[in-house]
Amino acid sequence: MRAYTPKDDVQKKPYYTDRYWVAPQVAKSDVSEDAVFAADLEVIKAKFDVLDAYIQVGQMVVVINAADNFGVLELMKNELEYNQLSELSAIDWLAQEGKFEIFYQMLSMSKRKRVRIKCKIDEKESIQSVEKLFRSADWSEREMYDMFGVVINNHPYMKRILMPDDWEGFPLRKTYPLQGDEFAQWYEVDRIFGKEAREIIGPENRDPARIDRYDTERFARLGHEVPRGADISQGEPETPLCYQENEGVFLIQKFDAEKSVVISDRDR
Amino acid sequence: MQQANRLRPFFENITFDRDDNELILNFGPQHPSAHGQLRLMLHLQQEQVTKAHPDIGYLHRGMEKMAENMIYNEFMPTTDRMDYIASSANNYGFALAVERLIGLEVPRRAKVIRMMLLETNRLMSHLFWLATTALDIGAMTVFLFAFREREYLMDLIEDYCGARLTHAAIRIGGVPLDLPDNFIGDLRKFLDKLPENIKDYEDLLDSNRIWKMRMENVGVISKEMALSWGCSGIMLRASGVEWDIRKEEPYELYDEVEFNVPVSDKGDNYARYKLYMAEMRESAKILYQVLDMYEGTGPELMAHAPQYISAPKIDIMTQNYSLMQHFVLVTQGMRPPVGEVYVATESPKGELGYYINSQGGAYPYRLKLRAPSFWHTGILTDLLPGHYIPDVVSIIGTTNIVFGEVDR
Repeated sequence: MRAYTPKDDVQKKPYYTDRYWVAPQVAKSDVSEDAVFAADLEVIKAKFDVLDAYIQVGQMVVVINAADNFGVLELMKNELEYNQLSELSAIDWLAQEGKFEIFYQMLSMSKRKRVRIKCKIDEKESIQSVEKLFRSADWSEREMYDMFGVVINNHPYMKRILMPDDWEGFPLRKTYPLQGDEFAQWYEVDRIFGKEAREIIGPENRDPARIDRYDTERFARLGHEVPRGADISQGEPETPLCYQENEGVFLIQKFDAEKSVVISDRDR
Repeated sequence: MQQANRLRPFFENITFDRDDNELILNFGPQHPSAHGQLRLMLHLQQEQVTKAHPDIGYLHRGMEKMAENMIYNEFMPTTDRMDYIASSANNYGFALAVERLIGLEVPRRAKVIRMMLLETNRLMSHLFWLATTALDIGAMTVFLFAFREREYLMDLIEDYCGARLTHAAIRIGGVPLDLPDNFIGDLRKFLDKLPENIKDYEDLLDSNRIWKMRMENVGVISKEMALSWGCSGIMLRASGVEWDIRKEEPYELYDEVEFNVPVSDKGDNYARYKLYMAEMRESAKILYQVLDMYEGTGPELMAHAPQYISAPKIDIMTQNYSLMQHFVLVTQGMRPPVGEVYVATESPKGELGYYINSQGGAYPYRLKLRAPSFWHTGILTDLLPGHYIPDVVSIIGTTNIVFGEVDR
């Protein structure tokens, strides 16, 4: 019997993992080790619940409640001088705990510090837009919606951004299939002409790069020209090379070692 | 789940029916001065733009999804395809992010070579920007001049790694190759001539009446707007914010070299143009210093970390354990520790950030590419209204957006 693979995570899996292997951790240090971060955290803690806070790879990570996202970012911008929202996106933890993790990557140019604000929301839950604070969130939130299906409240233009507007599904979810549908080549034929017509019409070409080597209608066949529409599936005439010297093609000349120059060094 | 045969009509141009003087112009996605696949929906009153909707996604390849299904080293050539004008900068950002996650220190010679690659890439990118923007405005000569110089740099990169556009010349933990013999001499020759070349461009453009009319006081981005829209790089510095990640959060050897960060407070197209020219001179300055550093470095090119990085080729060929390690790293891939990292580098376009969330597996659990051009395209929404159609072209030019990076 074929082994069961869970459908909530269809991402590629490594083919082998040592059964005794324990993944090491990137060190997390206490916020008190950095005076600037510690002061910032105190200000946030005074007004909002902080679920967790630590420093990892030189940046402070603050975990907050999702409902506080606008308030915390407003505080960070107006009082703590974090003047840029560099990045904002989600991480899919639906398979593990049914939640999305959303992170806001902030930058303070005056303090030269970066902070990551994180919060978690349920799959069907929506989150407040921070577009009023940072215009850059306009596009990032649209991208987050496009890729994960996280709905944003109070967004001025909640619309897909990278994918076509009529696209179904959210590509960066772990449940999104990695491969296309093998029956897709028949969809239009079945729909328009019916299944019976499959043999007459044949599958739809869904490969835009496909080249038919016997197609003399649409391909130029440079250097091996034949009359347009000629059937060459049973073999084609040889095309001899005609040099200009032999009254052939203009500018196609025989190589003359005497007349050629080798450029060894360009004048940079 | 996607269902391809559900053909739903989608009437996006329904606003055409409105009875007023508004014209909606679709600028792109195949417009030659849209710098790739940008589709701009412009609402026009006569020639003046009243609303602009940049529409992107025509080059979307799902790189973040690809990254989640690849081992770390496998993803490196994919990063080339983001900002394909300066692909080493993308390679480097990714390599640095993974190195920070693992905690690797790169040998000094690798650092020197990386600096050379990064700065030659910056020069290539700025020359390309100058060429294409000048061409959009109509300055054909500058285009030819700048492409000639860029060609020499591409030859140099080709001498180093064999590729001209998609280099993949930086690896996690170092660089794969040492410099070829001619590299330093050729680069020095190029740099000696560069100030002359830049002067040529400036002679053609600086006091050119058409150039000034198209550039001065056009596309003015205020400081607040630039910060709010997440602008970075020259887009930010032209608006009066002195912020260069190479200076403020130095990586590699940027704290050892001396260079200035040109800033302007005008915020218009012309300011950005001047900054590009100034940055090219600064890059040349950095390159001179880095060329001198090369001599005193040891021969190592890759970091020594057997758990993550393959041994040098000579060890792989002679020692059994190195061969086994190499085999495991190639077939299964390295497994960085559990944790997350966001690393920003100053790419020629701006702040190029890689956010990596690793769950200790061979594939990243989540990888977010923070490409500067994404927001530099978004800002067009607020920047274009009020401008005229010819200004749209020059503004798109100076934002220096590359669609491999916007759509990823």
